[in-house]
Amino acid sequence: MKHGQAPGARSTRRSLTALVGAATLVLALAACSAPTDDAARSASPTPTSTAPTSATSTLEGTITVFAAASLTQTFTEIASDFEEANPGVTVELNFAGSSDLVTQITEGAPADVFASADLRNYTKLAEAGLTAGDAVNFATNTLTIAVPARNPAEIGNLSDLADADVKTVICAPQVPCGAATVTVTEAAGITLTPVSEESSVTDVLGKVTSGEADAGLVYVTDVLAAGDEVEAIEFPESSSAVNTYPIVAVADSGADAAANTSAIAQAFIQYVTGTAGLGVLAEAGFGPPE
Amino acid sequence: MTNSRAGLSARPARKSGAGASSARFGGLPGWVIAAASLGALFVLLPLAAMILRVNWADFGALISSEASVAALLLSLRTSLTATLLCVIFGVPMALVLARAEFAGQRVLRSLVLLPLVLPPVVGGIALLYTFGRRGLLGQTLEVLGIQIAFSTTAVVLAQTFVALPFLVLSLEGSLRSVGTRYEAVAATLGASPSRVLTRVTLPLVLPALASGAVLSFARALGEFGATLTFAGSLQGVTRTLPLEIYLQRETDPDAAVALSLVLVVVAVVVVGLAHGAGLPTPWRRSGTNR
Repeated sequence: MKHGQAPGARSTRRSLTALVGAATLVLALAACSAPTDDAARSASPTPTSTAPTSATSTLEGTITVFAAASLTQTFTEIASDFEEANPGVTVELNFAGSSDLVTQITEGAPADVFASADLRNYTKLAEAGLTAGDAVNFATNTLTIAVPARNPAEIGNLSDLADADVKTVICAPQVPCGAATVTVTEAAGITLTPVSEESSVTDVLGKVTSGEADAGLVYVTDVLAAGDEVEAIEFPESSSAVNTYPIVAVADSGADAAANTSAIAQAFIQYVTGTAGLGVLAEAGFGPPE
Repeated sequence: MTNSRAGLSARPARKSGAGASSARFGGLPGWVIAAASLGALFVLLPLAAMILRVNWADFGALISSEASVAALLLSLRTSLTATLLCVIFGVPMALVLARAEFAGQRVLRSLVLLPLVLPPVVGGIALLYTFGRRGLLGQTLEVLGIQIAFSTTAVVLAQTFVALPFLVLSLEGSLRSVGTRYEAVAATLGASPSRVLTRVTLPLVLPALASGAVLSFARALGEFGATLTFAGSLQGVTRTLPLEIYLQRETDPDAAVALSLVLVVVAVVVVGLAHGAGLPTPWRRSGTNR
């Protein structure tokens, strides 16, 4: 449905991008340097936690939130909490891989908020001039070893995965979880010989839950969400690759440029980065923003 | 991909059915021509849009990278093997369905053609539960020292599973339309059943067999979902061209588009071959049988 609107929105956005031109580039550069450290501090729960209550009842309308696939469960919960706190507001959610979402937004899909699973994809959107305001880092995620229930291959630590007899599945280096995998294995000084390099962390987890693989490197939150079929084996080297999740408002496409929408978008971002949102995220295994 | 390909192949069938008048739109109402043009546009426009995005300056480098070449060669190798398996098993299946009469034949026919309408991912899950480590046959195979998961064999199995119905359908339709008269005559002249089959039946349906094989090859070449679910993704072993395109898209959209074009060109050549091999007959007949 959303894609049906895309062509119109795209042309509007193109002309907008052209108009803003160089100014956007400056903004984008400023914005993309922001989330790494400064914005993270601004994400401290105290100042923002009061925002949702003060916004109650005044907001009315619909926003569309594009969020990384790993946020499916948490953002569904947060969005319904947010709707409950703001009865006039509807939050539409679209989940996909972060890079897919960036492609969709740059091709004209109507998004008001973008929550990325890594800084790289956020930066891509910022460089395209499609972000509004600074990003806020709201969560972190680290890798863990996922093994099928009862750990048939008796995996104890990361170096066990380098054993040629162990069927290890990892993410391909091209995707965020694969980049993190490269970092942790380099930090540990080991070389993996995986039987498969999947394009998404879900596919890695699928190979482990089905018992096809003896072990896979996935995020802590994935194992928690998968239930009893998999077990997590933590390893110290995981701290060398901490994935940061930034959230940012998407620049108005012109079609729905109502100030209303951006106010709701800001309120939603504040809700996610406030006590309620961070609580839901922490429960799902996400680490606090650094 | 598959649907559009089937659409492309089905169209010439009707055209040739209309006979000599087809070149002049003889007697067709204007709105039929208009609707047909819209339909053709719907198929061709996305292809044109993709070609417009091709980065021609780097095209050669993009499609000749090590990963691309490995994916293309693997795709061709596995698709050819899958086509061979389709012929080996599909010809007897089509013969039994077209010539034999037994209880439950219609049900069996529908079930055998199921992969045509089944989402490939579902096919992949089904294969996993059959040949996977914990699958129906997995344990037995493991005892025999055969490991299918994460091997090129798994890719071939997935491709054969989705491509087999194309060959059976093409051939069965042709067998029915050819009829049994010549076979009966040969039998009364003293030819053995095997001799009737190789000297009379098969030569009669050879064009349909060829076009069915080409269609199977095309379907195997485009196979993605079942492979991803069942076989995994590792360069040179299980990462076929569609999987490589899916992965490249994450970091290098130019490479993904270039490889997509390669796949389209191969598909167009294949459809052309199928047309030349007398595709219209089986498709028209199978249509009237239903």
